[in-house]
Amino acid sequence: MANQDFPLIFELSQESRTGFSLPELDVPETNVDEQLGETYIRKNEPDLPEVSELQIMRHYTAMSKRNHGVDSGFYPLGSCTMKYNPKMNEDVARLTGFSHIHPYQAPETVQGALGLMYDLQTTLAEITGMDTVTLQPAAGAHGEWTGLMMIRAFHEGNGDYERTKVIVPDSAHGTNPASATVAGFEAVTVKTNERGLVDIEDLKRVVDEKTAALMLTNPNTLGLFEEDIVEMAEIIHAAGGKLYYDGANLNAIMSYARPGDMGFDVVHLNLHKTFTGPHGGGGPGSGPVGVTAEFEPFLPAPILTKREDLFVFDEDRPQSIGRVKPYYGNFGINVRAYTYIRTMGAEGLRKVSEYAVLNANYMMRRLQEAFDLPYDHHCKHEFILSGKRQKKLGVRTLDMAKRLLDFGYHPPTIYFPINVEEAMMVEPTETESKETLDEFVDAMIQIANEAKEDPERVQNAPHTTIVSRMDETTAARKPVLRYIKED
Amino acid sequence: MEFRYLPMTERDKQQMMETIGITSTDELFADIPENIRYKGELNIKKPKNEFALMKELTQLAEQNVNVKSHTSFLGAGVYDHYIPSIVDHVISRSEFYTAYTPYQPEISQGELQAIFEFQTMICELTGMDVANSSMYDGGTALAEAVNVSAGQTKKKKVLVSKAIHPESLEVIHSYVKGPGVEVVEIDHIGGVTDLKQIERELDEDTASVVMQYPNFFGQIEPLDQVRSLVDTQKKTMLIASSNPLALGYLTPPGEFGADIVVGDAQVFGIPAQFGGPHCGYFATTKKLMRKVPGRLVGQTKDEEGRRGFVLTLQAREQHIRRDKATSNICSNQALNALASSVAMSSLGKQGLRRMAWMNIQKAAYMKQQLESAGFTIPYQGAFFNELVVHVDSDITEVNQKLLEKGMIGGYDLGNDFNDLSGHMLIAITEIRTKEEIDLFVKELGDIHG
Repeated sequence: MANQDFPLIFELSQESRTGFSLPELDVPETNVDEQLGETYIRKNEPDLPEVSELQIMRHYTAMSKRNHGVDSGFYPLGSCTMKYNPKMNEDVARLTGFSHIHPYQAPETVQGALGLMYDLQTTLAEITGMDTVTLQPAAGAHGEWTGLMMIRAFHEGNGDYERTKVIVPDSAHGTNPASATVAGFEAVTVKTNERGLVDIEDLKRVVDEKTAALMLTNPNTLGLFEEDIVEMAEIIHAAGGKLYYDGANLNAIMSYARPGDMGFDVVHLNLHKTFTGPHGGGGPGSGPVGVTAEFEPFLPAPILTKREDLFVFDEDRPQSIGRVKPYYGNFGINVRAYTYIRTMGAEGLRKVSEYAVLNANYMMRRLQEAFDLPYDHHCKHEFILSGKRQKKLGVRTLDMAKRLLDFGYHPPTIYFPINVEEAMMVEPTETESKETLDEFVDAMIQIANEAKEDPERVQNAPHTTIVSRMDETTAARKPVLRYIKED
Repeated sequence: MEFRYLPMTERDKQQMMETIGITSTDELFADIPENIRYKGELNIKKPKNEFALMKELTQLAEQNVNVKSHTSFLGAGVYDHYIPSIVDHVISRSEFYTAYTPYQPEISQGELQAIFEFQTMICELTGMDVANSSMYDGGTALAEAVNVSAGQTKKKKVLVSKAIHPESLEVIHSYVKGPGVEVVEIDHIGGVTDLKQIERELDEDTASVVMQYPNFFGQIEPLDQVRSLVDTQKKTMLIASSNPLALGYLTPPGEFGADIVVGDAQVFGIPAQFGGPHCGYFATTKKLMRKVPGRLVGQTKDEEGRRGFVLTLQAREQHIRRDKATSNICSNQALNALASSVAMSSLGKQGLRRMAWMNIQKAAYMKQQLESAGFTIPYQGAFFNELVVHVDSDITEVNQKLLEKGMIGGYDLGNDFNDLSGHMLIAITEIRTKEEIDLFVKELGDIHG
């Protein structure tokens, strides 16, 4: 460690210092080493830090100050729905009766938890217009794979083993083609047209008797509603395929449109996005999957059901794709999402989508002079800017993103979707005030001006952060993935 | 109705609509075709104010018997351990829990370093070279490991011990359907995996042998002997799923030559919370570094030469490689990995060993007491903190009676193993007192008659 470096917890360690408080051994001590046998007794102790409780607290408090969250400042990271994480949700999830229950307790002893899960399933089914929802998948990508496995089981259940292809738009999240591969399909790309929507003619070209499904986000990753969704559903269904809805962008359309009504057969949701998760620095998330009635037999086992007045798990699911996760899903995240939905109700959720979309359109219109707008029509909850004008001045989108850090903002998602040059994807969410949006827009306009007048200021950004740009090339070429004590 | 999470005022709305050039927000939704536009009101419960909702949900939570209201001997993959108070204070720092994946290293050094420290601790515990930033849970981590072994060896058969967690086994069966890997289940004899069957089934088409250490019954599998068998095939890998607490006292799988070690760090600072979210870990060798699923954090320097951390080796991942990625995993369990890191830091080198040792001691005491009371303990091999006891009664009924005495009984093994009906799997952790153990044995004896 050099003087200028922030210490690792291992570098604070001093032999024999302690930060724990374990109970005393109150049973007669036995010779456990004899029981275990020499081969299985560890000789080299794991080199964990030896630190006091205050040292730990200071270490992590200092680290938290080296981290930007939604509570620190605006976080318009497109596609990730970085909205406010209500504090009440955290309190509810920590109630002893929710946080300290064991998944293998008898169902009679956990009816409160099961009732909550059942009500959440029913509520999510209503919001999405689907018939049934499973809470088992742990995250969005996990839900995608679960849904695709159900589609596979559905086709195979019909004796149809030839459906090997899953169609994904070129603008899709990377998880879509990756999930298709992991589920054993071949991912086939459909093009986006000049309006930013799926090219129907290209869709007709790629769809065939091998099509298992089309995966679609609607509104799509360009923040645009796929207006031809009904026709697309007809094309896919006519070919015997199924429609998969990636719920990453549900925040735009709650109670304005439902995937089930659009013709989708299988839907996943990202509860850590639309339903205030939180994101946790990368997770845990929760990725429930909703299906139409014809897919119910294939849901991952077990399914939560109600028998007389008792909520129970039904394990007897002969056509199920099987279990996708031990236990019943990320219950702790589901509790938070449920608390949020119960706070908002139907009226609140509609306002969420109305304001998320209004905020995005407002920002887009305020920024359309300073940047290129590849798709100049009303957006939904997020919009895409292109930095190609600035690129000609030698200022890349990456530079502008880094410059935004100086203003205390987390930058938008950049270089995604991959079909837009120098893309910046801005998602303000509904929880931000107009003042915040205006301040951010002003900063963006200032940066666009700097790109013209003082490009170096942007190219050399950030100027105010605790560290400057990192050498990512060396990190990948000579990976150092763990701490090794220097002698 | 007012909504405290929505700052929009009527005046804001008017000004914004003016800028956009619309007179109603409905115009922004005009691209949703009329025939699919939702016009009703969602049939969900009416919104509630904070006080009323808190009251309702508190009452709902209070309906649940829990491991704090009752003395629990239930384990089977999810354990009730000492959680230092400091853990929740650290993970409640909202700079951590309201952040997302650290894509912008300049403003994410806290999260990145926390993950780097977690990776290091997992390497230390497992005896492996490399660990990732976490997985959904131990079960899915194990299933991903199986698919990594098939991908790496280009072989399509795996031998999986039936003494692994039954739900992990189910998850493996689900995960292998995509790549089309055949799972051969290996029986257990006397509570440990049948090595002779491994020997018979192991051949040049075997991608990996999958063991749990300690296994589902709490027994310590002879990984050294399994490794010797695996070594008879050039490419076959050894995959071990391990309770990381046990590795505070037991020889880590890395020292036995495991190629991949996975498990769940729930034992470190994460409450049971009805089975999730927990915190899977994935550790492996340098050789397999570029096959690891999920996020990896690496150390580097900034332009001024200061140490810093970044997400690295991203060419493995879905957002870069799309359909060619090593896995579709996107999120991880970063916040829970943080909780586990804090718990591991609190325990430190000494505490972790002592805690693991205490689990062994308490479980050994339970075994003695049960045997003294006349119960049969069918598996007599070395064990960690779980053991199987033959109760010779309907376990559901036994647990019902224990519940009346303020205890949560063990796991009914008859659910998963035909030959183990009337057998209960119990976990004894460091927080179970002698008094509680004695009471459990007494009550079990009374029920048994």
